Amino acid sequence: MDIKTLKKKSDYEWHIEPFGKMRVPAIIYADQQLIKQMDTKVYDQAVNVAKLPGIVKASYAMPDAHWGYGFPIGGVAAFDAEQGGVISAGGVGFDIACGVRTLRTGLVPGDIKPIKERLAELLARKIPAGVGSRGKIKLGPKQMDEMLTGGARWAVKAGYGNEEDLRYVEEGGTITGADPNQVSDYAKKRQHDEVGTLGSGNHYLELQQVIEVYDDEIAKAYGLKKDDITLSIHCGSRGLGHQIGTEFLKRMVTSASSYGLDLPERELACAPINSPVGQSYIGAMRCGMNCALANRQVLTHLVRKVFAEILPQARLTLLYDVSHNTCQVEEHQVNGRLQKLFVHRKGATRAFGPGHPSLSPELRQAGQPVLIGGTMGTASYILAGSKEGMSLAFGSACHGAGRNMSRRQATKQWQGRDVVRSLAERGILIRSPSLRGVAEEAPGAYKDVSAVVKVSHQANLAYKVAKLVPLLCIKG
Amino acid sequence: MSKKGWEHFPHQADIGIRGFGSTKEEAFAQAAAAMTAVITDLEDVNPKEMIEVACEASDEQLLFVDWLNALIYEMSTRRMLFSKFKVNIEENRLSGRAWGEKLQRAKHNPVVEVKAATYTALDVGRDEDGGWMAQCVVDV
Repeated sequence: MDIKTLKKKSDYEWHIEPFGKMRVPAIIYADQQLIKQMDTKVYDQAVNVAKLPGIVKASYAMPDAHWGYGFPIGGVAAFDAEQGGVISAGGVGFDIACGVRTLRTGLVPGDIKPIKERLAELLARKIPAGVGSRGKIKLGPKQMDEMLTGGARWAVKAGYGNEEDLRYVEEGGTITGADPNQVSDYAKKRQHDEVGTLGSGNHYLELQQVIEVYDDEIAKAYGLKKDDITLSIHCGSRGLGHQIGTEFLKRMVTSASSYGLDLPERELACAPINSPVGQSYIGAMRCGMNCALANRQVLTHLVRKVFAEILPQARLTLLYDVSHNTCQVEEHQVNGRLQKLFVHRKGATRAFGPGHPSLSPELRQAGQPVLIGGTMGTASYILAGSKEGMSLAFGSACHGAGRNMSRRQATKQWQGRDVVRSLAERGILIRSPSLRGVAEEAPGAYKDVSAVVKVSHQANLAYKVAKLVPLLCIKG
Repeated sequence: MSKKGWEHFPHQADIGIRGFGSTKEEAFAQAAAAMTAVITDLEDVNPKEMIEVACEASDEQLLFVDWLNALIYEMSTRRMLFSKFKVNIEENRLSGRAWGEKLQRAKHNPVVEVKAATYTALDVGRDEDGGWMAQCVVDV
């Protein structure tokens, strides 16, 4: 992206003042280096989002923003239903409520070393991952609807985890207002074999070690210290979410003109929040969110079973579970007034600051944990939502490194086998059903996650708490 | 002489698929082959079992995305991969056939699952030689 097209507000905040049909400015949080790496499509897409009806304050792009579907990936935008605000299927994404869950294990590196290979083998065997894998849990029509309305809470009731877990899942583990009647039979059928599966692409399950703590006090509140072993799961709403996204994108494209919406691009398809299509999508999308929360809860149960077999002394407790493809109703201060808004975060993580009423008492003082996934060979980060961030981009931060190279380029540059070998030399075990998949996800194909996190911190979006490095990774 | 076959084109996070043909139907079929090639090597998929899909949309671009999404649905729910395609289009209706086999991980080494065909970089049209081209980005 050409930095000269932007107006500098600070080293980490750049504005595109409204022009043409833009209703609000576009604001990019990044440093000069990250802006130079950003695709010009991010500029175009952030500008297009700023043209949508009912948008409040600004169209935002996070430091890891890249070319998405209508909305940039790393895009945040809030809409007011009373001002004709819209909801967009592309602004949520196909993988509804894709997100990260991190667990403490109570283990130290010495516990892992002697059993690492065995643990990798057993996790690879017990966690359904990759194309065509099937979960063991098959839900009948009634149970499916219960899962779609209950989310992680449904999973706990069904025996996958404990009540304690739910205190550390966004919204207590259940997204309210989900309506299974808005979810097609196609979407439900697509989910039939996919409950408790990891998926493929950039989804993973990773054992990690805390190698650096930046904020002792918050780390303590999160139950973390240097050298702790953690486990993170990155996945989403599987086939059900993908099908909901597909069907509603089409419905929104075909209904747009009947709602008088003039779309700058087809892929920006949306519908007024207060319209039949908008309401139907909201009911379905929330089912997708619950599906993702349930899925990560079931995977947690499977992981605990593996640990019970190999490391019975491990105690896997939930640090947090947060999604980064969502649209949620939230209250925010706008011009000194508390307003109810529909906040889209596409490839952006909710990052509520200290004192936010939605946080459980254990987390309220420290602020919400913000879980940032890295790549197989780099690092992941845990950040904490900031007070300042609440007035920047509605309490949002980055979600990951973001690619800087296409999949094809990556396979030209690396062989899967070599990637696995060179990571093994650094003590990182990779288990994946596909070597080409490993090459496409090679660490070098991504931007530097540390730079993205550093800018999120410097821009006051969320503050750094801890850095984690991978020890073993199950790739989908 | 119009272009034949298929190709991939880059997208920063995902991947673009493009099919060519002397007819629109052929371009749609070739693009479907390009989609399978995102997942596995096309020549490893034995076209021994046939399935049928039907879709309807208000214009040819939406019809193209619907065709791909119908195949994604079949791949996902039948756990199959397809390597041979035949498309018929009458006005805004498409009926298609796809030949393939059950996914076998040891044989097909599937790389990545295609979540959806998108409206990004979506185009259906003719080039100056009179040949047809159909393309879009797929989300993986």
